[in-house]
Amino acid sequence: MALTKRPLFDPPIVKRAIRDAFVKTVNVRHMVRNPVMFVVLVGGILTTLVLVRDLASGAAGTAFTLQLALWLWFTVVFANFAEAMAEGRGKAQADTLRKSRTQTSAKRLRDPANQESFESVPADDLRKGDIVVCMPGDMIPGDGEVIEGVASVDESAITGESAPVIRESGGDRSAVTGGTRVLSDYLVIRITADPGETFLDRMIGLVEGAKRQKTPNEIALIILLSGLTIVFLFAVVTLQPFAIYSGGAVAIPILVALLVCLIPTTIGGLLSAIGIAGMDRMIQHNVIAMSGRAVEAAGDVNTLLLDKTGTITLGNRQAVEFVPAPGITREHLADRAQLASLPDETPEGRSIVVLAKQFGLRGRPLSEGEHGHLELVPFSAASRMSGVNARGLELRKGAAEAIGRWLREHGAETPAALTTEVERIAKSGGTPLVVAEREDGKARALGVIYLKDVIKGGMRERFGQLRAMGIRTVMITGDNQLTAAAIAAEAGVDDFLAEATPEDKMALIKREQAGGRLVAMTGDGTNDAPALAQADVAVAMNTGTQAAKEAGNLIDLDSNPTKLIEVVEIGKQLLITRGSLTTFSIANDVAKYFALIPAMFVATYPALQALNIMRLHSAQSAVLASVIFNALIIIALIPLALRGVRWRPAPAATILRRNLWIYGVGGIFVPFAGIKLIDMLLVLLRMV
Amino acid sequence: MTPNGWLQILFYAVVVFAITKPTGLYILKVYDGSLRWFAPVERLFYRLLGVDPEEDQHWTRYTAALLVFSAVSMLVTYVVLRLQGHLPLNPFQRPAVVGRQAFETAASFTTNTNWQSYSGETTMSYLSQMTQLAFHNFASAACGVAAAVALARGVARRSGGRIGNFWVDLIRGTLYLFLPLSFVLALLFVQQGTIQNFAHYVTVTTVEGVKQVLAMGPVASQSAIKQLGTNGGGFFNANAAHPFENPTPWTNFLSMLAIFVVPAGLTYFYGRTVKNQRHGWALWAAMFVLFAGGVTTVYWAEARGNPIHAARGVDIVTSASNPGGNMEGKEVRFGIANSALYATVTTDASCGAVNSMHDSFTPLGGMVPLVNIQLGELIFGGVGSGLYGMIVMAVLTVFIAGLMVGRTPEYLGKKIQSREVRMAMLYVLIFPAVILLFTAASSVLPAGLAGRNNAGPHGFSEMLYAFTSVTGNNGSAFAGLTGTTYYYNTMLGLGTLFGRFAMMVPMLALAGFLAERRTVPESAGTFPVTTPLFVVLLLGVILIVGALTFFPALSLGPIVEHFLMHAGRLF
Repeated sequence: MALTKRPLFDPPIVKRAIRDAFVKTVNVRHMVRNPVMFVVLVGGILTTLVLVRDLASGAAGTAFTLQLALWLWFTVVFANFAEAMAEGRGKAQADTLRKSRTQTSAKRLRDPANQESFESVPADDLRKGDIVVCMPGDMIPGDGEVIEGVASVDESAITGESAPVIRESGGDRSAVTGGTRVLSDYLVIRITADPGETFLDRMIGLVEGAKRQKTPNEIALIILLSGLTIVFLFAVVTLQPFAIYSGGAVAIPILVALLVCLIPTTIGGLLSAIGIAGMDRMIQHNVIAMSGRAVEAAGDVNTLLLDKTGTITLGNRQAVEFVPAPGITREHLADRAQLASLPDETPEGRSIVVLAKQFGLRGRPLSEGEHGHLELVPFSAASRMSGVNARGLELRKGAAEAIGRWLREHGAETPAALTTEVERIAKSGGTPLVVAEREDGKARALGVIYLKDVIKGGMRERFGQLRAMGIRTVMITGDNQLTAAAIAAEAGVDDFLAEATPEDKMALIKREQAGGRLVAMTGDGTNDAPALAQADVAVAMNTGTQAAKEAGNLIDLDSNPTKLIEVVEIGKQLLITRGSLTTFSIANDVAKYFALIPAMFVATYPALQALNIMRLHSAQSAVLASVIFNALIIIALIPLALRGVRWRPAPAATILRRNLWIYGVGGIFVPFAGIKLIDMLLVLLRMV
Repeated sequence: MTPNGWLQILFYAVVVFAITKPTGLYILKVYDGSLRWFAPVERLFYRLLGVDPEEDQHWTRYTAALLVFSAVSMLVTYVVLRLQGHLPLNPFQRPAVVGRQAFETAASFTTNTNWQSYSGETTMSYLSQMTQLAFHNFASAACGVAAAVALARGVARRSGGRIGNFWVDLIRGTLYLFLPLSFVLALLFVQQGTIQNFAHYVTVTTVEGVKQVLAMGPVASQSAIKQLGTNGGGFFNANAAHPFENPTPWTNFLSMLAIFVVPAGLTYFYGRTVKNQRHGWALWAAMFVLFAGGVTTVYWAEARGNPIHAARGVDIVTSASNPGGNMEGKEVRFGIANSALYATVTTDASCGAVNSMHDSFTPLGGMVPLVNIQLGELIFGGVGSGLYGMIVMAVLTVFIAGLMVGRTPEYLGKKIQSREVRMAMLYVLIFPAVILLFTAASSVLPAGLAGRNNAGPHGFSEMLYAFTSVTGNNGSAFAGLTGTTYYYNTMLGLGTLFGRFAMMVPMLALAGFLAERRTVPESAGTFPVTTPLFVVLLLGVILIVGALTFFPALSLGPIVEHFLMHAGRLF
């Protein structure tokens, strides 16, 4: 499997992250991009300079300044470590992917018409439009479109899924990905991507986060944090004149300590780690986000368009009931239906056999049973029915009109009672399958099999949760209105689009968007591409066509359309994590003020000792404890930033109340306890 | 503290609540154009100004119009004050106002601050008072409300950044809102005994046998608008403590009510405009909580009195015949409860009229007016500025906490992204920057230090209060600071301008940006802005983002003074 799940603190990743954290700290160009941490860096440098000056002049209190300087540097390193950890996980994934991109050679056809004449060229030499042929065991040399042949392909290098998939020319299964392997048969492929632009290359780039751009919300948050930093810069810079007025200037390192404690370093240090971790969580779910923006948009989605088949229902209809015609026993119908379906390998056929077993009918041999050899009459578009022919017995099952025609040809009629049953089943969202026999030249209808779309387990609850979160679900299906309405009601979706054409789907998306809503959908076919491009969150199936994959902004390697719901949840989790840590960071300031203000001015105004409500040991211990808390809280929150805040789908008000308790109220009180504890430790260890 | 005192405060609170909705509905009619009594007057003004009242202005044009109008009217006032000696309606031959003071006064009145470094009765001619200062009392109030109305439109509309017509808002606000209200209020004042005349000053012999000149003038009309427009500039130097201006408990009550009537009504107007009445009430509730907290603290601190007084044998125990507590600087006819309430109301809203001297309050009692202003003048606030200040805070609240519900933040359906955050942050940033930088400069420069009347933390509080007051466009004085120096006239005048326009421009930009955005329909996943939880959050953001910035400065001023007072030291 290419994309493995890893423990949060994988030792090799941690080792690399520690190294990267120091490299990032000395890289000024990297630091400038994060204004909050840049201020901390400048503060660290300033304090170090003061330390050097004090050491040179032999001033007292250098031990304190040294500790302060060290912890300021640690603050920056810790923030960079958080980011490096998040990136490290992506890089490790990318390395695994790179290994699977072994140097291959390709069989390029000299003449597309002649598959016998090819030349061996390195895969890197292939250009868009080249035609290659792949034999069993060959690695597919690049992304392309199958133009001839059907083959089973092992795509585990990309998807991690070990079961081979079928790739064939034409239709929606014609796209192949470089780095996958042909297992059987052969494929003629037209290359559709130049080297360096293949899906694998793009995936490595995305996983690695090399081209990660800040998302709109991240940019807005950075503006807010920078604004707060400037506000606190004013508060601290003006404090010196106030202090001088009051009769005692404050030492520069202490002012730096106050500033660093007040500016939102916690969220400032973890912000980019949270963003990278969000994309990483998508990857853990085998979804590749083409941009961070798509992950963010996923949290905002208002409307989910879900394809009925495969998403809401299991791919296939299943027989759930035998309804006999007048004068026929249920057992007889079951027996004949099973007989008619024995050689039928379609899922519907197999489900009929399974249902018949409930009537005590075990599987029977296909040949040499009581009716002799059973000869399959396959389904055809013209006859719209299938069945078996045996000795003296013909069985047919199919749509009501088709069987009706067959009966009339043999001088019989469909009983009126049966027609009523057929209508009942159709109205309730099922597919009626009429069974008829012709024994010894006499034809008659036996009854109807109720084939039903089976809703996947737990979908109703999930749609309920989505509704609670304010997300509307719309089922898209090719079924007629009646059937669609029945299934929609059973599955619990909010709305449905029946007899949907690609144009209808597009119109629906545009209508939703015109109302200010964000739309998410999945798709795999070429005719889905325009809608995918229009949707705000578009999950393309990896098994889909090249066009669909290019139009989507997320690609699901498992090609599981139900995953759209998880994608939305991951997007929400990313935003919740960001918001919770922002709130926590800002709420922290209250305690820090109460630690630092008395510490700074108690020498000038001993009366201000009354504000020292934590009863911290001394001015120095208070300052150090605050700065140490400020640095350590970044480390302490890295797991939360990487894993994301835990949450359960619920209405916004409920989620808000819960998070506000934990991160808002907690954010006010945790630092009081933390700073007091560190202060006691400092005293215990005689650090102050 | 007495039950009677609490009852009066409660009565005031209930009446404020009761007038919110009717006032809001009336304001709605003023600005949607459905009131037409003065249509010919309106048309005349539009023709004179050469504006098309049908034009829906882009926010840049709206802002430009507001700035040009303010600049021109400020310049005219400056010129009139400089030339008042040569102009009519000057029976007492008042000479030209000195340049620096004329600048400060023009800036102060244009910005709805009404910080006065002069005594009105001995500096201004009737012409200056009535055509210039009174004009600004109306115009600056109408400008403030116009800006708030524009922001409300920006939130409610999707109009490509168009937020209304400044000239229409200005003229309609003056004609339909402030003129009728102040006319009614002035009549009520006159009925209660507030003077309204053009008479010569009266010389009387006091009971002590001293000759005293009693100033006269059109006081009732001036006082009405100074309260309604949250201007606060007094006709007399003693402001609302003067018995000719504020003679009875009823005038006192009406004055306080007049301060809150428009700001409170605007919250209802806002709820209606953005079609979310409960959000309007949520803003009202946040304002009310801060108001209630403030008045309780002041009343408690003042009624508790000064332990040093008690130690010297002063009876500070409240009884039927003794108000007790700290009566220094308070009028006997108002007592502690009404002085505490007035001080809170006048600083919650950016009015700045005073009926007692905040300088004489106990340190904590005096800190509350200071903090009220430092919160950003949004506890009901100045007319207009209170609402838009609160809306900016609501936008920030939604942005900071909104992510916690798992969606990118949206405020009443409008996505809050980097452009909006940038403007909201600018608005929030300018305010403490001006106050802190100006106070910092004054606390080390000789010119700044020279203005203090007291040393130590109390002197610091005086400077901090002055810059807080002008930047918050409040205009109340802590008193005790000699502001008539070149340094202070200039710095305080600049403070009023920054505090008004440097904040209004980003706020109007925010209005325009919001008006460009489409509205996302509300769903169960939307961040709730109508619940008590939202009110708590909003208060948290106001206190932590807004007020904590001032905590270091406050701890070197009133906070340390409080602790020192209990240790027996005075300044």
